[in-house]
Amino acid sequence: MSTRLSNGGRLVNKAHAMEFTFNGKRLKGYEGDTLASALLANDQMLVGRSFKYHRPRGIVASGGEEPNGLVNMGRGETFEPNQRVTTTELFDGLEATSQNHWPSLEFDVGAINAKFSRFLPAGFYYKMFIHPRPLWKHVYEPFIRQSAGLGKAPKDKDGDKYEHLYAFYDVVVIGGGVAGLMAARAAGAAGAKVLLMEQTAAWGGRTPVDGPLYSATVNDGPVDKFVDELVAELGEMSNVDMRLRMMGAGVYDHGYLLGYERVNDHTPKAKGPRHRLWRIRAGQIVTATGAIERPLSFAGNDVPGVMLASAVRDYVVNYGVSVGDRTVVVTNNDDAYLTALALKAAGLDVPAIIDARAAGAGVLAEKAKAAGIRVETGKGIAKVKGGKRVTGVGICAQAGEGSALEEIACDAVAMSGGWSPVVHLWSHCGGKLLWDETQAMFRPDPEKAPTGAAGEAYVSTAGTASGELDLGAVLADAEEAGRAAAKAVGKTPKKAEKPTAEGVQTNVIQPIWMMPQGANVKLRMKSWLDYQNDVKVSDVQLAAREGYESVEHAKRYTTLGMATDQGKLSNINGLAILSDALNQPIPQTGTTTFRPPYTPISMASIAGEARGEIFQPLRKTPMHDWHEANGAYWEPVGHWRRPYTFRQNPGEEISAAVKREINQTRGSLGLLDASTLGKLIVKGPDAGKFLDMLYTNMMSTLKPGRCRYGLMCNENGFLMDDGVVARLDEDTFLCHTTTGGADSIHAHMEEWLQTEWWDWKVYVANVTEQYAQIGVVGPKARKTLEKLTDADLSAEALPFMAWQDIDFGDVKARVFRISFSGELSYEIAVPASQGRAFWDQLLEAGKEFGVMPYGTEGLHVMRAEKGFIMIGDETDGTVIPQDLGMQWAISKKKDDYIGKRAQARSHMADPERWQLVGLQTVDGSVLPDGAYCVAEGDNANGQRNVQGRVTSTYYSPTLDRGIAMGLVRHGADRMDEVIEFAKVDGTTVPTRIVSAVFYDPEGEKQNV
Amino acid sequence: MLILQCPYCGVKGEETEFAGGGEAHLKRFGPDSSDDDFHAYLFKRENPKGVHLERWRHTNGCGKWFHAARNTVTLEVYGTYSAQTTEPPKDIKDKISAKVPGWSWREFS
Repeated sequence: MSTRLSNGGRLVNKAHAMEFTFNGKRLKGYEGDTLASALLANDQMLVGRSFKYHRPRGIVASGGEEPNGLVNMGRGETFEPNQRVTTTELFDGLEATSQNHWPSLEFDVGAINAKFSRFLPAGFYYKMFIHPRPLWKHVYEPFIRQSAGLGKAPKDKDGDKYEHLYAFYDVVVIGGGVAGLMAARAAGAAGAKVLLMEQTAAWGGRTPVDGPLYSATVNDGPVDKFVDELVAELGEMSNVDMRLRMMGAGVYDHGYLLGYERVNDHTPKAKGPRHRLWRIRAGQIVTATGAIERPLSFAGNDVPGVMLASAVRDYVVNYGVSVGDRTVVVTNNDDAYLTALALKAAGLDVPAIIDARAAGAGVLAEKAKAAGIRVETGKGIAKVKGGKRVTGVGICAQAGEGSALEEIACDAVAMSGGWSPVVHLWSHCGGKLLWDETQAMFRPDPEKAPTGAAGEAYVSTAGTASGELDLGAVLADAEEAGRAAAKAVGKTPKKAEKPTAEGVQTNVIQPIWMMPQGANVKLRMKSWLDYQNDVKVSDVQLAAREGYESVEHAKRYTTLGMATDQGKLSNINGLAILSDALNQPIPQTGTTTFRPPYTPISMASIAGEARGEIFQPLRKTPMHDWHEANGAYWEPVGHWRRPYTFRQNPGEEISAAVKREINQTRGSLGLLDASTLGKLIVKGPDAGKFLDMLYTNMMSTLKPGRCRYGLMCNENGFLMDDGVVARLDEDTFLCHTTTGGADSIHAHMEEWLQTEWWDWKVYVANVTEQYAQIGVVGPKARKTLEKLTDADLSAEALPFMAWQDIDFGDVKARVFRISFSGELSYEIAVPASQGRAFWDQLLEAGKEFGVMPYGTEGLHVMRAEKGFIMIGDETDGTVIPQDLGMQWAISKKKDDYIGKRAQARSHMADPERWQLVGLQTVDGSVLPDGAYCVAEGDNANGQRNVQGRVTSTYYSPTLDRGIAMGLVRHGADRMDEVIEFAKVDGTTVPTRIVSAVFYDPEGEKQNV
Repeated sequence: MLILQCPYCGVKGEETEFAGGGEAHLKRFGPDSSDDDFHAYLFKRENPKGVHLERWRHTNGCGKWFHAARNTVTLEVYGTYSAQTTEPPKDIKDKISAKVPGWSWREFS
């Protein structure tokens, strides 16, 4: 069993006990524990079930590389799935539950998959479920979905706070082990502004655990004392910031770096944010990220109780927790001997060290033997016995095929397949790797570092992350890395510190990718590579046989390394197996791409403070508050909120309110807040010439005082915006754009002016928010305005499509006689600051006519009754003006305009193009929006052919029936034809093609 | 995230301050152009592994368009220059040549 030892535990404070629950069970731990060490102290080795076969799985590692120990944490607004037990610090009252099992962790129905595992090899889902097609939708997918997914998605809004922080440093050192501390000191001593971050809660990394086990010394003192001194020295440096619980999440272009600080995960009730995302610009980044131990691939290497050798000794030394009473150590390198020594020193039993190397280890082997430990060389593990817990191992000759020579009873196995430097951050932005044959590892190639804006290298590595495993070499490498980084940012490094370090002589590693070397298929099918995604040695070999030669393809086919641990334990072993199967050297296979973040970071930290109201700024018109106070039913339009309609009381139906507003506007008087319309001033001697290029029609001939409706296309010929242009004076135009187009059309104009016609004398200004604009609409519009001014508003003085400056009392206004409703209509622009006051005046003046503000839906219905198009309804980025029957708005006299050449391309001139028509259902009903018009026959996918679609459809209160517009194949030639539009229930609606102008086709109402 | 310097206002900004505008130095083809020329103008773009000339706009800054010469592999920025030109200036070309001897990009080298 795993248990808490009476002594040991350098990181736990036994004076401070803490209570927590796992699956409802109350358990005890200490301050300084991780959830993993606390679970192990309570003999909770089994923590979860694997993804595919639901095999029982225990804790394997002691850090961020842990693949199995993922749990649900908290409840309600603090609930979060997939929390890693090895990186979760214990706190009082912590609640955790295991995931991916049903009905319970101990007994799981899905484990039946494991019995069929030989029928569920790599690519099984692809092969099995592709045919017959209908079964996928109705049988396979629902079943797979139910059993898929790790953890449960949170249901409640996240109750914690998160924040972003921007920071700038000369040098950022990632990793607070002995190398990181050395590098930071060297850079700091040179005067650089330094940030040093460490992802765990303690400085020193592995050194304080491992060093004392081989009596390592620095400057003739114990190595852990040296670490303490470094930390103290750095703490004294005012130019060095030190952060614990902060991970280097990702390295990006030009020294951009994301730091993920878990501020209050371990103190959930404390003030301040839970996580802080540091957005850092660093002159130089030193990654002192250490290395991760690799598992060995032997049969049953996933049985709970089989752990990384380094993790086993971490639990003993750091937390005073033994993972088993009898631990067999299996290794291909000297490092794992330290685990045997640590266990022995803690009074635990180590029945044997199984060393796959014929020559075995060096000095450490002597030490182990002296401690009374049996050492077997040239041997491997044939098989691990046990289901939910290791009960023993069968040992065999490594060179053989796996016949067990002997069985050794034990309840834990500590394995070491060698060490892989953590090269993730080095690789994120292009750092390249070398295959180090001697040490059997990929390590950074210092000649091929990520480069910055000036072509300079801006990432370096220090210590074990560079591939150095000996203490003396680690210190020297880190010192040099710190000095070089300081130098690169223009600082002068001090004389190098050269501590004298005494490490230990080791024998060279022997790469062991399969144990035993000739393992038969039965063993290979039980030799796990990727624990979380259940990928075995046999799966990778199958992928290779089936032709997945690229490591990236093999990864996706087998799902190796695609789990939440991103293959930190499995990738190197997997690609070594792949290389072996393809009979090619490992560097030729290469690694898969390393992508940020290094380990998963919370989505909430990425969002930071941008939640709720401040997620996006809201744009408000000057009349916004009036709308709010008068029953506005809001509709988001870009960043604006516009009233869709105004409800007279909260009980009024939306459709009834819309109908009331339209009837009142057509019958007497309506008001529209049109302030969101884009308003662009285009000014200069070449303004007319410029607008002739931008609009399809001729704008240069427009007379001052007059307005003209124009269409704007992009260079592909497609309609992108429309609006009314008013000529203010000889060289000044005011261009109205759609609400959504204000910024993009302004940008469009700037682009052409700055990058194509830069010698034209034109200036563009976006004055959208400088003006409030109000539509005064309806037969009583003139009468209302006449109450507010003495100016002549008659049809003769201010005819349709003209504009004038008119004073309404002290309000200086510009009045446009334009109409988007078909009624007598004045659009009046006033300075934004006077918008609300003028709106109030109009309400007062219009009272006698029953004035009624209307919203966007009334606007839409009235424009549709008139057959006016709406950008985004009748257009979708593939529609040209000719499709809409708007040839009248395309000048024939102009040599050129943006989009003209494109509209001459063959497909654009195709007579079969869909064209805009009015649509009237035979029974008067309202067509569904977006409905397709069916045609004879089926297409290649067996779907019904189509010949058109609905672009706008409304109930028209004016006509008391459904009206619609749509694009129909050469529709303009098909007036009065009855066609069928499909509904989702499979039936069709007979619909007559009619003119799109349903109301007042002669324009008698607007032109008065 | 790149850092670029706007040649107009002189501000050195984060990439989020700018907006990419695709390939630089396109020649516009209008109404009388051939189908092939027009098609190439609309759709054919360089996608080099190495030296690239691009258009950028200082969208969240001074609003000006400009050109950038940079390397898509090393991420080195050789320089930014005016949008009102049909070819990269000599000093920028020299700088690229010093770093990438024998480079070429469309008709420039």
